Amino acid sequence: MLEIGLSHYLTLAAILFTLGVFGIFLNRKNVIIILMSIELILLAVNINMVAFSSHLGDLVGQVFAMFILTVAAAEAAIGLAILVIYFRNRGSIAVEDIHQMKG
Amino acid sequence: MILQAIAFWVFASITVAAAVMVISAKNPVHSVLFLILAFFNAAGLFVLLGAEFLAMILIVVYVGAVAVLFLFVVMMLDINFAELRQGFLQYLPIGLLVGLVLLVELAVVVGGWVISTDATARATAKMPAVDQVPNTDALGQLIFTHYLYLFQGAGLVLLVAMIGAIVLTHRSRPGVRKQNISDQLARDPKETIEIRKVQSGSGI
Repeated sequence: MLEIGLSHYLTLAAILFTLGVFGIFLNRKNVIIILMSIELILLAVNINMVAFSSHLGDLVGQVFAMFILTVAAAEAAIGLAILVIYFRNRGSIAVEDIHQMKG
Repeated sequence: MILQAIAFWVFASITVAAAVMVISAKNPVHSVLFLILAFFNAAGLFVLLGAEFLAMILIVVYVGAVAVLFLFVVMMLDINFAELRQGFLQYLPIGLLVGLVLLVELAVVVGGWVISTDATARATAKMPAVDQVPNTDALGQLIFTHYLYLFQGAGLVLLVAMIGAIVLTHRSRPGVRKQNISDQLARDPKETIEIRKVQSGSGI
């Protein structure tokens, strides 16, 4: 309980990851919440990376966590841009309306 | 030691609670704010793990850029979010089932994990002692030498994302008078200015 080891962080990351996946199922209609759930999943992955890096004394884990952060930021920017133009064209962001590529 | 344990439990429990609120809040604005809370507490966990630089990056990039971007989009779009929440509970059982299966799988995988005893000795980039080289220094020395190309690639990814977002959301509106540089450069003084002899006392 008082000795915080690698397993504590891995458990926390697993719970966060599961919550992210659960959020995607729960908010099936709202794209914005789905994007936020993806951010949660990526955060869980980052916690895993940093926990292993710290536990094994290897800095590469932190380098890769930084790259994951970069890709997550790019993904959020592009995803929200697509969302904005979709809303401008259709006036809705409901997932079930997004079934064709046609603008 | 006990301080560290208390800090871990506080940060971890707030992170999980905030994550639960992110996926269950009625108002998406509240979701974004809880996402920010989760990121702040994750940054605290990173500090506990000794990754100070990543903790600061998490706050600057995630809270300062990504979450605020989410906030802008949520506030900008005029959406009836109550309508989107209809059938919220319809997927609760299957979502719970999938989440539970995933959690059990992760527990089985992680539970059966044994880390080799010489893993630390075989580290690709050994972490220097914190009192000699700070975390940011060590990370920079690694990124700007061994991972230089990957670092440049990450910058390229961000550049492409930025240009992509601008191109996607940019729209040309009619009736807006904008500067047209090629038109300006193509102007010829001969066509623009006309010199006439005007007799004094009479107009043109």
